Amino acid sequence: MLDLIWLLPTFPLLGFLSLVLTGGSLPKKIVAVIGAGSIGLSFLVAAIIAAQFLANGEAHFIKEVWVWMSVGSFSPGFTFYLDGLSLVMMLVITGIGFLIHLYSAGFMLDDPSYSRFFSYMNLFVASMLMLVLADNLVLLYLGWEGVGLCSYLLIGFWYENPANGYAARKAFVTTRVGDTSMAVGLFLLFAQLGTLNIQDMLHAAEAQWAIGSGLAVAASLLLLGGAVGKSAQLPLQTWLPDAMAGPTPISALIHAATMVTAGVYLIARTHVLFELAPNVQLLVAWIGLVTLLMAGFTAMTQHDIKRILAYSTVSQIGYMFLGLGVGAYSASIFHLMTHAFFKALLFLAAGTVILSLHHEHDIFRMGGKRKQLPVAFASFLIGSLALAAFPGTSGFFSKDEILLAALEMEGPGLILWIGGVIGAFFTGIYSFRLVFVVFFGESKAHHEDKEVAGFSMAGPLILLMILSVFGGLITIPVQEVFNHGDVHEEHHVSAFMHGIMIAVPLLGIGVSYLFYMSRALSIENLMASSMAKSLHKFWFSGWGMDRLYQILFVNPFLFLARVNRADLVDRFYELLVQLTRIAHKMVAQTQTGQLRWYALSIAAGLIVIVSLGVLL
Amino acid sequence: MILVILIAVLFVGGLLAWASERINPEYPRIISLLIVLLDIVLMFSLLGGDSSATWLVDLQTDWLPRFGISFHLAADGLTVLLLLLTGFLGVIAIGSAWGEITERTGFFYFNLLWTLAGVLGVFTALDLFLFFFFWEVMLIPMYFIIAIWGHENKNYAAMKFFIFTQVTGMLMLVSILMLAYSHYGQFGVFSFDYFDLLKVNTSGPLEMVIMLGFFIAFTTKLPSFPFHSWLPDAHSQAPTAGSVILAGVLLKTGAYGLIRFAVPLFPEASMQFAPIAMTLGAISILYCAKVAFAQTDIKRLIAYTSVSHMGFVLLGIYAWNEEALQGAVMTMLAHGLSAAALFMLAGGLQHRIHTRDMSNMSGFWAKVPKMSAVALFFSVAALGMPGLGNFIGEFLVLLGAFKANITITVISSFGLIFASVYSLWVIQKVFHGEYRNIDFDDSHLYDLNRRELIYFGLMMVGLIWMGMYPQSFLDLSQGALEGILASSQIVATAAVTK
Amino acid sequence: MQSIPIEHGLILAGILFSLGLIGVLTRRNVVFVLMSLEIMLNASGLAFIVAASRWGHAEGQIMFLMILTLAAAEVAVGLGLIIQMYRRFNTVDINVLSKMKG
Repeated sequence: MLDLIWLLPTFPLLGFLSLVLTGGSLPKKIVAVIGAGSIGLSFLVAAIIAAQFLANGEAHFIKEVWVWMSVGSFSPGFTFYLDGLSLVMMLVITGIGFLIHLYSAGFMLDDPSYSRFFSYMNLFVASMLMLVLADNLVLLYLGWEGVGLCSYLLIGFWYENPANGYAARKAFVTTRVGDTSMAVGLFLLFAQLGTLNIQDMLHAAEAQWAIGSGLAVAASLLLLGGAVGKSAQLPLQTWLPDAMAGPTPISALIHAATMVTAGVYLIARTHVLFELAPNVQLLVAWIGLVTLLMAGFTAMTQHDIKRILAYSTVSQIGYMFLGLGVGAYSASIFHLMTHAFFKALLFLAAGTVILSLHHEHDIFRMGGKRKQLPVAFASFLIGSLALAAFPGTSGFFSKDEILLAALEMEGPGLILWIGGVIGAFFTGIYSFRLVFVVFFGESKAHHEDKEVAGFSMAGPLILLMILSVFGGLITIPVQEVFNHGDVHEEHHVSAFMHGIMIAVPLLGIGVSYLFYMSRALSIENLMASSMAKSLHKFWFSGWGMDRLYQILFVNPFLFLARVNRADLVDRFYELLVQLTRIAHKMVAQTQTGQLRWYALSIAAGLIVIVSLGVLL
Repeated sequence: MILVILIAVLFVGGLLAWASERINPEYPRIISLLIVLLDIVLMFSLLGGDSSATWLVDLQTDWLPRFGISFHLAADGLTVLLLLLTGFLGVIAIGSAWGEITERTGFFYFNLLWTLAGVLGVFTALDLFLFFFFWEVMLIPMYFIIAIWGHENKNYAAMKFFIFTQVTGMLMLVSILMLAYSHYGQFGVFSFDYFDLLKVNTSGPLEMVIMLGFFIAFTTKLPSFPFHSWLPDAHSQAPTAGSVILAGVLLKTGAYGLIRFAVPLFPEASMQFAPIAMTLGAISILYCAKVAFAQTDIKRLIAYTSVSHMGFVLLGIYAWNEEALQGAVMTMLAHGLSAAALFMLAGGLQHRIHTRDMSNMSGFWAKVPKMSAVALFFSVAALGMPGLGNFIGEFLVLLGAFKANITITVISSFGLIFASVYSLWVIQKVFHGEYRNIDFDDSHLYDLNRRELIYFGLMMVGLIWMGMYPQSFLDLSQGALEGILASSQIVATAAVTK
Repeated sequence: MQSIPIEHGLILAGILFSLGLIGVLTRRNVVFVLMSLEIMLNASGLAFIVAASRWGHAEGQIMFLMILTLAAAEVAVGLGLIIQMYRRFNTVDINVLSKMKG
């Protein structure tokens, strides 16, 4: 059965092909069956494979399907590699993917491009599975770019609006910057280690490179570039909030649960390399910390329900990076999984809210919706609790693991921990700000709002609620993968510190309650001073990063493009042409038609030549 | 003998097509299609030969023995790949001309077939005199194709194309003659034969000068910065079939010339020159990607992207190791398909709405979904999406080039980012957005018809095949490239030890 | 008989040639230009004969006969052209006949 692992990406791929080749001529029911069914089949196969793999108890399983290309010593194959890590990823992708597909079947029902939507979604799942199951970095790169493409296509799914197209291109180009860095990393690794097979490459790196050697630093930095691009971390995080232009299920699947965590997966997969470059690994932690704090600040200022969730995603991936940076790989992957549960839940619930309120995104134009939208309310409540790491929910366990690992780390561990805890405080504030503003208070919408949620939409929400609550009890089989140096043993942390970690998110929720629920504290007072206003504006704009990049990169590029539209090189040849023309005109001047003038020139020429001949 | 037949069939077919116009103006295209298909069938017989030998076919007879000029045609794996590409794109070009060319059809197909014959000759000739002959043969019919069936500014474009290629072709002729004289100086007889000239031991400034003659001729054809500026004009003015042949096949003769002649004949000078050539490649990649982004004429834009992609080929050739060379060949093949398809799409648009100005276009997805999806596919291929042929080529080129020169390779990799910028810009500008009819007649804006779908489908299958299982192409060219690499390495190491 | 020194003959030829050339350059009437051309031709013929008698070769005389026939042919064609010219443009002024401008 394990041999059938190639079926995993094949089903979605077949779904994609059949939807594309029929070109939207199929009825919507059949499209939904193909679209969601292919992922469902994949999930079934994944579940069976997972059960068998765990029962076998082997560390990994390799299945080569065919050799992709073989040039000299470079021969990556279409080879699947299954171990604990890819097992978790594959189950999350197919499982959550299936639920989201199911939800989309209802959510997108009124869209004329129903078939196009599902074809892109299927292609995405196929690429994502390729990414996590690849046994070599080239195949991983195939999946990596594939998901990027699908992300582009789906962000710009409603293509009539140029803003969506802009967001889509921004997402693609920004991540491509990271991808290019990663590609250069691959060239470096191949040039130095002679293979791009992940396991062989890691062994070779361990054998050949000393800890902290320049090559290890360069290679891991370049891979990190790819990871920050895909996972929307500093400094390439700006694309994710704009990516919310896509349909909401996309935000749930691609920009929360799976694709954006690919960077986390990449670092976890190549963690050996990062351990060879401790400084880079520490950088990973710092990137995570700074990103999670910055995104936390920004999330507190946003009005758009999806942008709040987007920034919270950036922030939560920051936690995962923090975990990776302090060596808590399994905790990070654990958080990746639980985050997939509760963030998918939150996004899908947000989708229900948006759909029910006729595409209203601004949370301050909602309010008091808990009666009208009971399912969405329940989902939001549970999702936000998990997001804020309320004790007992899935998010609590995973975030706890990461922070504990940070605390136990020597050196900057304490600072990282404090930062992480502050971030958790913000998480409490912004997640419950959303809940309080949208679902409590007075109702603000004018029209009759009715919850739009058929079975296909409510079912996934309920399942995700269950997972968000109890997902923390799952143990992920990744110990084998990170067996050296992983911090997964007993933690020796004082009860006081642990108490802080439990209390802080609750404190955040409390603060949020005081501001947005009981109105004991007033935002208006807080915002009264001009400094607060400009600070708010600064945070609202995502710390001005968009502006900065606009000035640093986009504008110069556009300027260069504008001034050189006609191609400077061509001007050079034009100049040549002009010179020839001028010379032609000058010579033509001498042709007067005067016979005597010609005769004179002949005579003069003759005299010159003869005298030259005589003299020399 | 098979090679002579391959070429002769096209020459004769061209005359036939011309003559048949008198009977019925529909006949030339049918005859041409049959002729090219016949040629493709003949080409497949080359594949069946003894694959262990480097040269699958080798034919040599005296032509002008007094000057050491012989009629020498031969094919190895690399040649066969390029021959097949030529045949395939020949069919595609005839397909794209099918409904577009309505005037003087006979002469058009005559020119088309003669260009193809010239290209086949260039790919198979191993006598430099013969090579030069074919080099000119493919140039002149192409000039007519642009000058007669082109668009509003056709005479300018055709003349520019002609002057660029002719002047640099003359440089090559001078180089060929100098090389033949060097042979005379060393061995006492004239020879224009490839294998004889490989033995000529030129060195120093003379070798560099002769090499530059070849280099400039080939990089003008390729084209590379700074000799590229004929291409945007030629492409934007040529009829679609002309663009297909130009982008798909003619440009590849430049790359082929570099691989077959420029580097192996002058290994030492090429080694010295490699950093400059690679730099030119990198400049082509980045500069032309940037200029492409600024264009509003969709055909000019695609033309500049062609130059950008050919920069990868130049980079790969002068990195001169197996990965990079294989990458260059893959890029040639994949770009042949993707660029041809993009030009066909642009031509199709122009045929439908009689404008190439992108600032007038918007939101065509709603009107022509199939065409848009096809355009998306080929744009994505052009930006180097893994799983499609262009990725294999560019990845291998960069992988190999990284070994040769890290700095230039890293700079060139930025081309991957730029490629995504301009590719997605086209999609955004033309197909996405809201449909607005600003300044053109959209009464003929219909979606792809069955004939077009078949052609595009074939090219898509080709690109996916190259992307998913490039081995079938890599295997073919491997023997040839290894031979070329080995021969030049012997000379190079000898030079070093000397 | 004392032979004339070659220098004298050549100087005479040179003077005749120069006179002819000056005539070609200064005259506006085509008929005079043609006559001056004849003088130049004859000057060169004279030079040939002088040289031939100096070296005792017959080629000089042969060349002179060549030039003579050439001159005759030239005059025939030239006069024909002049007549045509006069008929068409009503003038034989060479300055007026300047249609062949670049």
